[in-house]
Amino acid sequence: MTAEPPEATAERVLDLVRARAGSAEAEVTVQTGTQALTRFANSFIHQNVAEDISHVLLRVAHDGRVAATSYDGPPTDDGLARLVDGVLEAARASRPDAEWPGIAPIVAGVDVHHWDQATADSSPDDRAGRVAAFVAAADGLETAGACETETIVTAFANTAGQRLHGRATTAALDGIVRTATADGSGRAASVRLADLDGGGIGWRAARKARDASDASDLEPGRYEVVLEPNAVADILQFLFVYGFNGRAIEEGRSFVRVGEPQFDTAITLREDPTDPAQAGLGFDVEGTPRLPLDLVRDGVTRGAIHTRRTAAAAGVESTGHAVEGGEGFGALPANPILEAGDRSVDDLIGQVDRGLLVTDFWYTRILDPRTQVVTGLTRNGVWLIQDGRVVRPVSNLRFTQSYLEALAPGAVRGIGADRALVPAGFGGIYLVPMLHLATWNFTGGARG
Amino acid sequence: MHDVATAAVEAALNAGARYADARVMEMRTESMSARNGAVESLEREQRAGVGVRALIGSSWGFYAVPDVTPASARRAGEEAARVARASTQVPGRDLELAPVEPQHGSWANDVREDPWTVTLAEKGDLLEGVTRAMQDHGADVAEASSRVWDTRKWLVSSEGHRIDQHIVECGAAMSATAVGEAETQRRSYPGIRGQYGTRGWELVRELDLPGNAPRIAEEARRLLTADACPSLDATDLILGSEQMALQIHESVGHAVELDRILGWEAAFAGTSWLDLQQLGTLRFGSDLMNITADATLPGALGSFGYDDEGTPAHPVDIVRNGSWVGALSGRDSAALAGIESGAAIRADGFNRMPMVRMTNVGLLPGESSLDEMIAATDDGVFMDTNRSWSIDDKRLNFQFGCEIGWEIKGGKRGRLLKNPTYTGISPRFWGALDMLGNRDEWTFWGTPNCGKGQPVQVGHTGHPAVPARFRGIRVGVRG
Repeated sequence: MTAEPPEATAERVLDLVRARAGSAEAEVTVQTGTQALTRFANSFIHQNVAEDISHVLLRVAHDGRVAATSYDGPPTDDGLARLVDGVLEAARASRPDAEWPGIAPIVAGVDVHHWDQATADSSPDDRAGRVAAFVAAADGLETAGACETETIVTAFANTAGQRLHGRATTAALDGIVRTATADGSGRAASVRLADLDGGGIGWRAARKARDASDASDLEPGRYEVVLEPNAVADILQFLFVYGFNGRAIEEGRSFVRVGEPQFDTAITLREDPTDPAQAGLGFDVEGTPRLPLDLVRDGVTRGAIHTRRTAAAAGVESTGHAVEGGEGFGALPANPILEAGDRSVDDLIGQVDRGLLVTDFWYTRILDPRTQVVTGLTRNGVWLIQDGRVVRPVSNLRFTQSYLEALAPGAVRGIGADRALVPAGFGGIYLVPMLHLATWNFTGGARG
Repeated sequence: MHDVATAAVEAALNAGARYADARVMEMRTESMSARNGAVESLEREQRAGVGVRALIGSSWGFYAVPDVTPASARRAGEEAARVARASTQVPGRDLELAPVEPQHGSWANDVREDPWTVTLAEKGDLLEGVTRAMQDHGADVAEASSRVWDTRKWLVSSEGHRIDQHIVECGAAMSATAVGEAETQRRSYPGIRGQYGTRGWELVRELDLPGNAPRIAEEARRLLTADACPSLDATDLILGSEQMALQIHESVGHAVELDRILGWEAAFAGTSWLDLQQLGTLRFGSDLMNITADATLPGALGSFGYDDEGTPAHPVDIVRNGSWVGALSGRDSAALAGIESGAAIRADGFNRMPMVRMTNVGLLPGESSLDEMIAATDDGVFMDTNRSWSIDDKRLNFQFGCEIGWEIKGGKRGRLLKNPTYTGISPRFWGALDMLGNRDEWTFWGTPNCGKGQPVQVGHTGHPAVPARFRGIRVGVRG
């Protein structure tokens, strides 16, 4: 692998574009780094992988004709020349894009430092050691999960003169401990691998598994719920992807009405890569810095997330939420933050008359984007709460619930004081507390 | 390229591995999408690299580099062994891979019209034209896309495998969305994910997107004013073949993945309700249910010549006359289960470790036509085209939704129904199967977006399917 910094590779790509099509607009993102992940199941490491990353993403607009390409490989002269020739050929063969918003202007980046050198230097043994500690903490119960690290150095450059550079490390340990009748989960994510205490996370998962064992069925219906951070992040994912996404708004598929009190007054939802507890980079693949942004403030919808294309259609500025390959989909969240409240876990549970404490949601799918009706199941531990006390574990349940109604005015009864970092399925890293919600519609038991 | 792979394998062995294999892959992809009469994105991707598996004791290590030089390959081999050695900190039980004769061979799928020879202008004309047609017939948002994948791979193993394959896949999709006062309705063609196969551009031409664009746009608009699917605890349900493909994928295909059954996916994708002790005796469905996993089906999206550890493709019986008889497996999982490898190990790129993936998991056809099923139904619902899918981590409890439905009364298709959903428990649901479409309606549906594994891999799977009728199913679950 070459030791060339990604900034230098990006400049070489732009030079090649200028030499071949001087008037073309071009934007290039160059990423280098490593990704490594150690998986375990049945209490042994069964998959353990690592890869070098050397990725170039290039988009050009030549006479209003747009094409994009990407390339994984060493940034050799030949490789980059083929990349540039290929994308210019594709652009010339395309038809003019009447809605092309142009490339990003020169804008200063945001101050983001989510990097840890020790994590960047970590070894397979460091990951395996944390897995060993997790397994040992389960004290003979079966375990499964993964410990992963990622190190990314990214440079962005375009022909308008915009230059951005960033680097980020992330680490996560997420596992379950299994009894004969239940699974319990433990997890943590951080910029620093050193923050991940394999033994402590395994101990929490084991305690949950034991507490969730020998669950009995509960009659489906509407219940108050106390949701742990992963379940809360699941709700926010759908609100972002199908709601706050500028593309969804443009097409009339979104619930978002800026300026209206669409949420409980306790809800303040932001996007902010600069929060010290967050992770990741501070700009997107179009070279737009992600400035701190309010989506909801005290229950009132304040804004949306945009790419350059969706922003142009809406007559606003991009918020820096374009992702590679996401042109057709629109804007995706990067660093959502749900503002914490002031309640301890015991406080949240103590307020519940009759409800459920839910660890995770699973396999959630949207039935109607506009109303945000979603179906899914519970996973990794559900408990019945009565008169402010957890009284027994219950079997997993299926729900069909409008996520929008779940957070509607008057629906939020409490917000936890502690926040957890949750890497989410659609991308993005969520920083969220626990929630106590007034009602949740469970439509059936998982066993039928 | 075999020499590059050989260098990686030798390096892993020299670093202490007792078994190693290496895949060199070159991948080229093209994706074009249009929206409301204009091409919105054209993306092409090139990837090449080497991925190496090394086995030390019973512990695997994998390392990938995006470079196909011998020097990089050797480094990948050494690193794979280093990763495997770290895995021995938490070792599993003894492992011998299920035996497979070392294979030397080449394989490529048939391509009548090379998708790379179809000009971008022609592809753009097609996608723009159908989106305009959908707009003209009532769509507020009209989208269409085409995809091409071109993969060459070379496999070498320390047991003597030396294989190369060239796989070309392509396909297309389109959808019309109508926006109402408080809801949106969407119709897709030919299915929610489109249609894809290991074929050339002839597949896209056969789809006849222009001939179907007006219809789906009009259906999306009509759905806005249609009645909602009634909530019924038990009714007769007829599913179109595209929805059946999803039903098979989610409630059979994933459930019979041996890695899930063994618990290897427990923390992420989940496990399976199936217990290996019941293999050969468990009743999965009615006598009409016959499921195979067959990577040799010409043109289907899950077809190949050899899997990614060199086992030749071959059909595997999964469910025979309603009894569970087989699983999707690879050499390590098969050895632990005491069965032969099912040649179902694949990776989505050079940089991912091969794992158990569906091949072409599908139903063998029955003897009825869709019209006969409707005529034989006094009171029921016909649903078509997948819209939503949710299933539990054991692949037992599911709730699926379709884009469109019709009431069936007295053997005739009646009023249009919107937001149709149904729910069930897999073996009970499949046990309620009592009519099955015939060979004329057998379609090899392709799913190009099956997510599994960590880091997540996107698999291409095929699902031969026919329409089918199920008795006494709960429909119309609402929020």
